Amino acid sequence: MEKKEFYKKLFSNPTWDYETLQAADEVTSRIASEYLNLKTYPNQIEIITSEQMLDAYSLIGLPTSYPHWKFGKDFIVNQNSYIKGRSALSYEMVINSNPCISYNMENNTTCMMVLVIAHACQGHNAFFANNYMFKEWTSADSILDYMAFAREYILSCEDEYGMEEVERVLDACHALMPHGIDKYKKPTQLSAYNEKERIKKRISVKHENYNELWTTLPKVGKLNEIQPNQTRQFPEEPEENILYFIEKNAPTLPEWKREIVRIVRKVAQYFYPQGLTKVMNEGFATFTHYHIVNKMYDEGYLDDGFMLEFIHSHSSVLYQPEYKSKYFSGLNPYTLGFNIFMDIKRICESPTEEDKYWFPDLAGKDWLTEVHYAMHNFRDDSFILQYLSPKVIRDMKLFAITDDEDEEEYEITAIHNERGYKKVREILSEQYKRTSYVPDIQVEKVDLHATNTLHLTHHIINNRKLDEKETERTLSYLRYLWEFPVQLTSRNRLGINEEHFESY
Amino acid sequence: MSNIIDRRLNSRGKSISNRQRFLKRVEDQIKKALPDVVSQESLKDSGTGGTVKVPIKGLDEPSFGHDPQTGTKQIVRPGNDRFSEGDRIPKPKDGEGDSGSGKGSNSPEVTEDNFVVILSRDEFLQFFFDDLELPNLVKKFMQETNSFENRRAGYTKNSIPSRLNVKTTYQQSLARQISLQGVYKKKLEKLNEQLTATIDPIEIELLKKEIERVKRQLATIPFFDNVDLRYNHFEMVPIPATSAVMFCIMDVSGSMGYHEKDISKRFFTLLYLFLTKQYENVELVFIRHHTEAKEVNEEEFFNSKESGGTMVAPSLSLMHKIIKERYSNNQWNIYGCQASDGDVWADSDAQESAQILKEDILPLVQYMAYIEINKSVHSSSLWNVYNSLADDIQFSVQKIYEVNEIWPVFRGLFKKSKVLEG
Repeated sequence: MEKKEFYKKLFSNPTWDYETLQAADEVTSRIASEYLNLKTYPNQIEIITSEQMLDAYSLIGLPTSYPHWKFGKDFIVNQNSYIKGRSALSYEMVINSNPCISYNMENNTTCMMVLVIAHACQGHNAFFANNYMFKEWTSADSILDYMAFAREYILSCEDEYGMEEVERVLDACHALMPHGIDKYKKPTQLSAYNEKERIKKRISVKHENYNELWTTLPKVGKLNEIQPNQTRQFPEEPEENILYFIEKNAPTLPEWKREIVRIVRKVAQYFYPQGLTKVMNEGFATFTHYHIVNKMYDEGYLDDGFMLEFIHSHSSVLYQPEYKSKYFSGLNPYTLGFNIFMDIKRICESPTEEDKYWFPDLAGKDWLTEVHYAMHNFRDDSFILQYLSPKVIRDMKLFAITDDEDEEEYEITAIHNERGYKKVREILSEQYKRTSYVPDIQVEKVDLHATNTLHLTHHIINNRKLDEKETERTLSYLRYLWEFPVQLTSRNRLGINEEHFESY
Repeated sequence: MSNIIDRRLNSRGKSISNRQRFLKRVEDQIKKALPDVVSQESLKDSGTGGTVKVPIKGLDEPSFGHDPQTGTKQIVRPGNDRFSEGDRIPKPKDGEGDSGSGKGSNSPEVTEDNFVVILSRDEFLQFFFDDLELPNLVKKFMQETNSFENRRAGYTKNSIPSRLNVKTTYQQSLARQISLQGVYKKKLEKLNEQLTATIDPIEIELLKKEIERVKRQLATIPFFDNVDLRYNHFEMVPIPATSAVMFCIMDVSGSMGYHEKDISKRFFTLLYLFLTKQYENVELVFIRHHTEAKEVNEEEFFNSKESGGTMVAPSLSLMHKIIKERYSNNQWNIYGCQASDGDVWADSDAQESAQILKEDILPLVQYMAYIEINKSVHSSSLWNVYNSLADDIQFSVQKIYEVNEIWPVFRGLFKKSKVLEG
């Protein structure tokens, strides 16, 4: 008990030192594992200055990255808005690695430090370690080594081929970065042995299922069969990972450029889950720090002064301006995520009639298990579709607007009433899908035997066309990487081509 | 167990190499913008303000994206206070704030418009004088360092008594005494041995005398001898003067309009910036003249209105006087820049000016430039006499009329001297 008193004394002092951090780390990780049952990567807590935070911003948290002017630009942009007071720096930043590195600002008060350690080192950390998107698409163990390799590699390319050339390759790759992502796992190449086994098995299945009767059916396959003079289409199936396609198939791209394409593609893939789990990730981390700090208070580690400061910071994090406020800049992912997670807990613990109707599977269950299940198995769009409850829609007064380019007016599609809940939920879920902000563009075919022209197809969704200027500029980057002409066709739902872009 | 690391003491400037890459990328834009930046600021601020703001445009990185104007979009917003399902709201007209499709904080479409790069003073000057081939130029410009300082440089045997270094001298003396004593002592030992070995009374007498003599010699080794003396030695080391003074002389007679003054100001600014790159502190002296010359402050120099005829010679005399009074010791590098429309009342004034310049001023200054802001093809009388004096090394003359000519002319002034030198 003496220890608790000592810790309480540490936490009530607004200035912190090493001991305070150690104590905060010890208490929060104990509560996180005992009370919230969280499994995390080991933590590495780093204390940094504001300038170092700006450094971290421009490298999106990675401790090291390859050199490029874009990062310098981002640094200047962030620095400008920080100096002008237009935006404050965040209190922490955490990256998905093992050990999980979190940066904490030196000018945080003790309360903020405890909050941040609970938020980042437990909440985000647990999310990184358990969410299926992160497990499937990132390897936390090797990212730091990989970035160190990438840096070395790009620097050595600069030495050998000149800074300008490397910069052009990187510029081109960056333009295509959103299209350098695998959304589905590619099948791994089978070894020769496995391949043989597979064929053997297929043949034996065929033999076992052979039935003379079927041979009497008339043959219809003739039309679909490939004519001898007709070449097979390449690629056989459309490829949506354009960078991958270039890396593997660009006809004359030098080997070192392929490697750079690969590096950028890997980095894009590493950040892919981050963009798709923003609401969940922040929501869960906020949920975690809220529970941990309250538990600490209940156990007698914290005094009332601390709690007042905590409540103030916590509520500013969750501030959601209304649509007409001048501070409005979209839905606050912290608020939305936190509200949904808290509501899962509420539905489990004290369900209303409405909840029993909407969430029969949740009502009355163990809240911790259900929160864990949600945290492990969803990403933003599916999470919202599954868990956004009428109560949260009502509390946040969510409403949906339709903006049709052919109409003079916006239309209110749905509001927070019985008729609207489902619609609001679907539309919001749609809003968090990647396709709503990254156009669906795929490699359709290559004129392998003539011009090597690369044909891309853009599938139009909701009549949303491509921005002409941007598309042309991006296409010229693609042309540079592919080294042969490229074409892009926008095709609508009916299969009719609407727009055409070329770069020769 | 977690690892807690204090990174605050890590070396700063992790982003510097990326910053340099970025600056290189926007080099052209920065260089284009710099002359404007210069003309908008006060002469002193432009070099010493610490930061320079350069607006940069068109640095967005393209990617395939939707045209925000097209298609059917459905958006969810919080805080409904008045709408019911099916309500219709007029869209804001083009150019007004688009409240309907405000950018969400999680939207990756956030772009920044043109933004401002804040250059440090060093970066700024580097861009500014980037292609002036400064190294060579500087050598020539900075050679005449005529200020010296006495620096300790070891010891010497001959100097004045006040520089005697007692410690070193005593060391010398000790060494000398010990070595000399050694010789006598050995001799004495030998004599004593002989003395105990002999029994011949005459020889004993002789030996005793000899011992007496050696003992006396031993006792009379001087404590200090002339050869011991060591004096502190000083060397004259030339030190580059780190201060410079720049004289701005401008004609403010009625014929100089706003346009002419603006050009003069820009030109002065360039020279000032150039000097601040080389010297730790640069002072400015402003002399304006119509029929009489007067020293004024910067504000008055560029802004107050005077009219009247033009006499150039008094301003040069004043410059010479100020140099003599305030900047005559060798710690100042003196630069002059005169701007005028070339209008003088009388040829005699022009002749007199040329004479003052040649005899009094040029021997004292590092560099003097004269710019004439005049578009006429006829040469003014001032131009004629100055032109005959100009050697493009210490004194240059140039004609400007349009603002955009300034930078090339400025570079021209400095490039030429390089050619001559090289």
